[in-house]
Amino acid sequence: MFPTPVQKSAPWVSTTYQIILPIALIIWLLPLIGVAVTSIRPSGDLAAGNYFGIPSGFAGVENYTAVFRDSPIGHYILNSFKITIPTVIGAVGLSCLCGFALAVYRFKGSLALFFIFVAGNFIPFQILMVPVRDMTLKMGLYDTVTGLVLFHVAFQTGFCTLFMRNFIKGLPFALIESARVEGVSEWRIFVHIVLPLMRPAIAALSVLIFTFVWNDYFWATVLVQGQSAMPVTAGLNSLNGQWVAAWHLVSAGSIVAAMPPVLMFFFMQRHFIAGLTLGATKG
Amino acid sequence: MGTSSTALPGFWKRNQRTFAPWLFLAPGALMFLIYVILPVFQSVWISFHDWDGLGPKTWIGIGNYVELFSDDAFYTSLENNIIWLVLYLLAVPAGLAAALFLNQTVAGIRIYKSLFFFPFVISQVVVGLIFTWFYAPNFGLFSVLTEALTGTQIAVLADERLVTYGIIAAGLWPQIAYCMILYLTGLNNINSEQIEAGRMDGAKGWHLFWNIVLPQLRPATFIAVVVTVIGALRSFDLVSVMTAGGPYGSSRVLSYYMYEEALSEYGFRMGYGAAIAVVLFLIMMIFITFFLIRMLRQERNS
Repeated sequence: MFPTPVQKSAPWVSTTYQIILPIALIIWLLPLIGVAVTSIRPSGDLAAGNYFGIPSGFAGVENYTAVFRDSPIGHYILNSFKITIPTVIGAVGLSCLCGFALAVYRFKGSLALFFIFVAGNFIPFQILMVPVRDMTLKMGLYDTVTGLVLFHVAFQTGFCTLFMRNFIKGLPFALIESARVEGVSEWRIFVHIVLPLMRPAIAALSVLIFTFVWNDYFWATVLVQGQSAMPVTAGLNSLNGQWVAAWHLVSAGSIVAAMPPVLMFFFMQRHFIAGLTLGATKG
Repeated sequence: MGTSSTALPGFWKRNQRTFAPWLFLAPGALMFLIYVILPVFQSVWISFHDWDGLGPKTWIGIGNYVELFSDDAFYTSLENNIIWLVLYLLAVPAGLAAALFLNQTVAGIRIYKSLFFFPFVISQVVVGLIFTWFYAPNFGLFSVLTEALTGTQIAVLADERLVTYGIIAAGLWPQIAYCMILYLTGLNNINSEQIEAGRMDGAKGWHLFWNIVLPQLRPATFIAVVVTVIGALRSFDLVSVMTAGGPYGSSRVLSYYMYEEALSEYGFRMGYGAAIAVVLFLIMMIFITFFLIRMLRQERNS
């Protein structure tokens, strides 16, 4: 292990480390802690200039109710779920198929195809913006949840295919070979042999794509105009313009918008990190 | 696929393995083609036109590009993109430092690791709002601190010279967290025998780190550099949320300038926007190519 475990060091080193750890964390998360505290601060505190002191009271319930009551944030959150969940299902589903094809079969152009999926991941969104917006308009899907979902599914399929293909490559190929010898059809091999083994990959990708799509802001501004299909990221930013200087509301709104991916991360941490660090350890 | 086997059982059975990959690929590849691959070419095509997004397109050849190269706003954006690129890369060593700091096994360390990772999970819109508040004149923590230290307040986001650095600092926060996670995983997988052998030979501290640990972290470093470079060039959300390119366009980056030209109240100059996007795309292609070449080498080795 590197660096040397603190337990093996002098007792004072170990103690110092344990003291520094929480201090470092607090400094690191200071902006976030500030927002969390502000979100429960009574509005009177802000008027009185008490931005950083101990809140004069707990107004959490009040502020959060106000956010939901006086703004369409509940509606935005619902939109975000309507966009995110079908995208996760679509992108993960399509990429299971693509990843299987690219990992299991040897055919001309398979590597080139794989590389196109990989490269597609890294291109700037702006090169897609004008045509995708135009196409969405022509299909009558501008300003709809469906329009956003279709784009997100297509785009995320690139990253997911990269992930799935590498994952399936790591599975024991002998399993597939022996099924073929017994005359099992290719489709049944996929459904009954490979798919069950892909569970960890599916879990990892699902949490990751959920977070990516939930946090998307660019496409929400390009493909959506009004409130009807607007997700919470874009909604929050437009509310920020209305809540001038009402930082307790902006803070509460921010916390609300950040909550779903944060909870997702906490409950599925292992999978999330496995998805993110793919390729960081080998090669 | 099961249904077609009744019609032509013999043919399907014999050729199943030739067609199967294409059938598996079809839905995903088609979506990807329509929404990702074709638009790249369409954008290049549009960049040679004058187009408001609704009416007919007028072919103007390289007109947009000619205009671009005498456009001050374009150079400001390009310069800011370079500043982003250089400073954003600080996330890599900073993430490594954070990972080394947290790579211990004391009580509760797992919770510490996940809390340190927190900024990455949050939307950039929220990060942008948090930092706007942090920098806010008169009451933002940063303003209060600078006033206490220097006697004068610094309104970062209103200062043409400082605004880009202020936004980059906000971007570094989640990016360092990301690099940290990559390095923590890398540290988890390093060969402990080599470390022990190094220690036996008397290698310590910096020497051990530089010669034995860092080479083993190369895959993590590579991924961290790639995602950071791409992240820097893609930066849009923070600029849009924190300053909308201001003051006076001084915090614009190419991705934001493109959006502004193509989709803002100043007019729908789709062709000009597409030309900016093409330039950004070409810059990005340099890095994507490096990444693909390395991946190709890996594929050949395995």
